[in-house]
Amino acid sequence: MSERAAFETRGLTKVYGEGPTAVHALRGVDLVIPEGELVVLLGASGSGKSTLLNILGGLDRASGGAALFFDKDITAMTDRQLTLYRREHIGFVFQFYNLMPSLSAEENVELVTEIAENPLDPVEALGLVGLDKRRDHFPAELSGGEQQRVAIARAIAKQPTVLFCDEPTGALDSVTGRTVLGALQNVNRELGATVAIITHAAATAAMADRVIIMSDGAVREMTVNDAPQSAEEIEW
Amino acid sequence: MVSPLDKKLGRDLWRMKTQALAIAMVIAVGVLMLVMMDGLVNSLEETKTAYYERYRLADAFAPVKRAPRRLLEEIADIDGVASVEGRVVGGALIDIEGQAAPVRAQAVSLPEFREPRLNDVFLARGAKLDARRHDEILLLEGFADAHGLEPGDRLSATMNGARREFRIVGLAQSPEFLYTTAPGELVPDDSRFAVIWMGEEALAAAFDMDGAFNEALIGLERGAPLPAVLAALDRLLDPYGGAGAYGLEDQLSNRFITEEISGLVVSRSVVPPIFMAVAAFLLYIVISRMISAERLQIGLLKAFGYTNMEVGVHYFKFVLAIALVGAAAGCLFGILSGQALAGYYQLYYKIPFLIFLVDPGAFLIAVAVSVVSASAGGVIALQSVFALTPAVAMRPPAPPDYSRAFDIAGALKTWLDQPSRMVLRRLGRQPGKAFVAVIGIAAGMGLSLSMIGVMSGFSRSMDLTFTVIDRSDATVSFIEPLSDKTLYELARMDGVIEVERFREVPVILRNGTKSHRGGISGLIAEPRLSRAMVNETDPIHIRKDGVILAQTLRDKLDVEAGDMITIDVREGRRPILTAPVVAIADSLLGAPIYMEIGALNEALSEPHRVSGARLRIDSDKADMIYEKLKNMPAVAGVSLKGDARDALEKIMNEGAGATRFIMAGMAAVITFGIVFNSARIAFAERAHDLASLRVMGFTKGEAAFVLLGELGIIVLIALPLGIVIGHGLVGAIAAGFSTDLYSIPAEVDAASGGGAALAVLIAAVASGLLVKRDVDRLDLVAALKSRE
Repeated sequence: MSERAAFETRGLTKVYGEGPTAVHALRGVDLVIPEGELVVLLGASGSGKSTLLNILGGLDRASGGAALFFDKDITAMTDRQLTLYRREHIGFVFQFYNLMPSLSAEENVELVTEIAENPLDPVEALGLVGLDKRRDHFPAELSGGEQQRVAIARAIAKQPTVLFCDEPTGALDSVTGRTVLGALQNVNRELGATVAIITHAAATAAMADRVIIMSDGAVREMTVNDAPQSAEEIEW
Repeated sequence: MVSPLDKKLGRDLWRMKTQALAIAMVIAVGVLMLVMMDGLVNSLEETKTAYYERYRLADAFAPVKRAPRRLLEEIADIDGVASVEGRVVGGALIDIEGQAAPVRAQAVSLPEFREPRLNDVFLARGAKLDARRHDEILLLEGFADAHGLEPGDRLSATMNGARREFRIVGLAQSPEFLYTTAPGELVPDDSRFAVIWMGEEALAAAFDMDGAFNEALIGLERGAPLPAVLAALDRLLDPYGGAGAYGLEDQLSNRFITEEISGLVVSRSVVPPIFMAVAAFLLYIVISRMISAERLQIGLLKAFGYTNMEVGVHYFKFVLAIALVGAAAGCLFGILSGQALAGYYQLYYKIPFLIFLVDPGAFLIAVAVSVVSASAGGVIALQSVFALTPAVAMRPPAPPDYSRAFDIAGALKTWLDQPSRMVLRRLGRQPGKAFVAVIGIAAGMGLSLSMIGVMSGFSRSMDLTFTVIDRSDATVSFIEPLSDKTLYELARMDGVIEVERFREVPVILRNGTKSHRGGISGLIAEPRLSRAMVNETDPIHIRKDGVILAQTLRDKLDVEAGDMITIDVREGRRPILTAPVVAIADSLLGAPIYMEIGALNEALSEPHRVSGARLRIDSDKADMIYEKLKNMPAVAGVSLKGDARDALEKIMNEGAGATRFIMAGMAAVITFGIVFNSARIAFAERAHDLASLRVMGFTKGEAAFVLLGELGIIVLIALPLGIVIGHGLVGAIAAGFSTDLYSIPAEVDAASGGGAALAVLIAAVASGLLVKRDVDRLDLVAALKSRE
C-alpha cells in the first residue's frame, strides 16, 4: 500500500440550518485515507457517513475544518473548481444507480468518457463489470444489479483517482450485491483507484483495507484490516 | 380541526408557489380578458342608452328645406309620435386664428324660453344661452378643447354668406354629436368640425327661417312602428322639400358609436374565448404533469388506506385552489381594467357619466372554464396513477423504456455526443408529450402572431387608404353641386398641380328588405387621385353601366356583381333608379359606392355637375391656396389628407382599436407563460438526471444543455406551426376589430411572422435563463438522495 494520503481531514464540521434547530451532521472529523485503499464506512443512519462522503466528493460544502485531497483543500474550492475536481478525479456510485434512461449501457459510460481526460474504452469498462455483451441495452432492459454495474462501469471509465459508493448494494439482493462488490474490488485492485464504500451491511467490512465506524458525526473507531477477504468470500 | 390532508394541501401549495402562481397567472389573464371585455361592452351599451334617455335623443329625424312651424302640430298627430321638436340647422364656416383652412361647423337652434323637448345638451362648462342676446353661442366641448377655446372667447363664423361675430358663453356636449364629422367626410375629427348651438330666433334670422323649421325631431311612443312614422313624415314634409326622414339607427353619430360598440362586441365574443382556450390548454398540460410528479405521494396515501376518491378529492382541491385564485384575480383585475377602459372610452366619447356593469354570467363562464380545464388535466393524470398498485406507485418509476422508441439519435450516432442523444431520445420516446408542448407553444405564438397581424393590418389599412387609394392632397367640397366650369377656377390657381372632379349624391341603396344609407361617389372613368381598388393594389376602371360596391356593402346588402340594385336618390328631383352592380371594390375606409360621374349626372338629369374636386398641390403654396379657397363663396369646406390621416390614426389608436394594444400585451404574457411553464416542468421532471450529470463532473452549462436543448428543439418545431395557427386566428380577430368605418385586412405577412417568431424566441431565451438558474442552484445531494 502506498504511504501517500488520498484524503486527510482536520476538524471537519458540517451544520445544517442554524440556531436552535441546527443539525450538526459532522462534529469535527479527523481521518486519513491512504491512496489505493478500499475503505468501508459503517455507521447508523444519521451518523454522518453520507455527509462526509459528499464533502470529500465535492458534492457538498463543509461548515468548518479542512479536507485535503493530495494536499489540495477541497473546502476552499470554487463551484467551478469543484466541478472540474469531480470531472477529473472522482467517480460516484449511488444506491439508485442514476443511469440516464434515454442512453444505452454503453452510451451511459460514454457520457463520462466524452468529458474525461484519459478514459478507458467504454466497452472495456463494461467488460470490467461483466456487461460488455449487454452494452446496447437500455436501463429499462437491465436488472437492478446490471444497472448498478453499468453505474460502476460509468464511474470507473474515466479512471478516477477515487471511487465513492453510497450504499451501492442497498437496493440489491445478496447474490447480486456480491457481484457488485466484486466489481468494486476489481476496480480497486486492477485500476488502483481508492474506493470508499458506505454501507449498512457490516459484513462488507471483511473486504476492506480499512474500516471506519462513524457515530454522531465523528469517527468512533478506525481499524486496519491486514488480510481483506475477496468479495466472493463475504458472508451476508 | 384541519385534516392532515388539508395541511398537506396548504404546504404543497406553499412549496410549489412559483409554479402555482405561474399557472394562476395564465388563468387570470384569460379570465381578465373575458371580464374586462364584457364589462366594457355592457357599460358602454348601458351608458349610451342612459345618456340618450337623459338628454332625450330623438328617435327619428326629418330634414326639410323649409316648413312652417304649424306643421309640427300635424306631425305630433301622427300615430305613435310622442313628442316633436322643430329646429333650425345650418352650415357654417369658422375662422380659426393661425389656420389657413376654414373649419366647417353645424349650427343648431335651441328654444329660447324652455328646455328642448328633444335633443337636449349637457352644459359642461360656462353658462346657458341668454335668450335676449343674439350673439351668444354654446360650442361643442370637444372642438373647443381641440382649439383651446374657453367660455368668454370670441368666435367668427360665416353663415349663409355673412360673416358674424359670436361670444362663446358655454361649452356643451350632446348625445347627438358623440362623433362629429363634416358632411361628406368619413373620419370624425374633433378639431375639424364644430357644432354651435344658438337661440332659435337668432339662427332663424341668419338662415331666413322665421316662423319655420328645417329639421323636425320626433320622439316615439314605446313600441311605435318606426317605418310607418317615417312614411307619414315623408308624406307630410314632401311638399316642403323633405329630404327623407330617417331613424336614429341611421343618424351619423349614433351609427358610428353603435358600430364601434358592435366591433367591441365581436372582439368580446372572439378574442377572450381564444385566450381562454389557450389558457385552458396550458392549464391542462401543466396540471397533468404536476400530478404525475406526485406519484410517490399518491402511492403512499393509497398504501395508508385512502380511497381513490379521497385522494382524487385532495388533488382536486389542489387544482381548485390554484384555479380559483387565478379566476378571482382575473375577475378582480378584469373589473378594474374594464372600469379603467370604460372610463377611457367615456372620455373618448365625451359622455358626461359612466354606468359600469359586468354581467354575472361572465364571471360564471370564466370561473367554470378555468376550473373545468384545470380539473380535466388533474383527472387524466390521476387516472394513470390510480391504475397502479400502491406498492408500484411508491417505488420510483422504472426507467422509461427507450429501447423501442424511434431512435433518430442512434442513426446519427457518429455525429452526436451523449447529451445530444439524450435530448433527441427523450423527444423520440415521448413524442406525445413533446407534441403537446409544441402545440402549446405554437398556440401561444399563434395568438401573438394574430395580434401582430392585426397591428400590421391597422397600419396597412392606413397605408393603402392614404397612399394607394387616395393620392390627393386636399378635397374641396362645394355648398351645392355646381357646373364643372368652376373647376377651371381651381385649376388656374397658382400651385394647383392636378384637379379631379367628383360628384357626391346621398342615396339609399335597397336590395329587397336590405338597405344602406350612404352616398354615391361619381368619379371619372380612370381616376388618378381617388381610386377604387381591388386586390389592394389594382385600380378598377369606373364603368358607366352600373355601380361598383365596396365589399362591406356587398355583405350588408347581400348582392354580387351582376345583380340589380335599387338606388333611392335623396337629393334634387329624388329619382329612384335601378342599376346593375358591375364590380366589387376593396373597402378599407368607409363603405363607398362608385359610379362614373357622367353616367351618374345623366341618370340624375343634371349634366356637368360636380360636388367638389380632389387636388394635388404644391405643398409650398398650400397656405396660399387654402386662403383663396376660403374666400370662394361656393366652397363649403376643404379637407386635407394629412389631417384625415391623423384623425383616422387617432380613432384607430384611441377608439375601438385601442384594445388591441392590451390584447397584444396579454398574448405576450400567455406566450411567455406557456414557454416558461414548459421549461419549468421539464426541469422538475429531470432534476434528478441533471443532478447526476453534475455529480459526474458536467459543468452547469453542459447539464443545462440537456434540458434546454429539448426546449430549443420544441420551440423550433413550434415556430412554423405557430405561423399556421396565427393565420387561422388572424381572420377571426381582424373581423372583430373591423367596423363599418374601417376594415382591417386579415393577413399575416412575413414581417409579422418574423416578429412573432422573435417574440417566442425571446420568451424561450428568457425562460431558458430562468430555468438555467434553477439548474445552477441544483442541490446535488438532495436531488440524489431522494428518487423523484
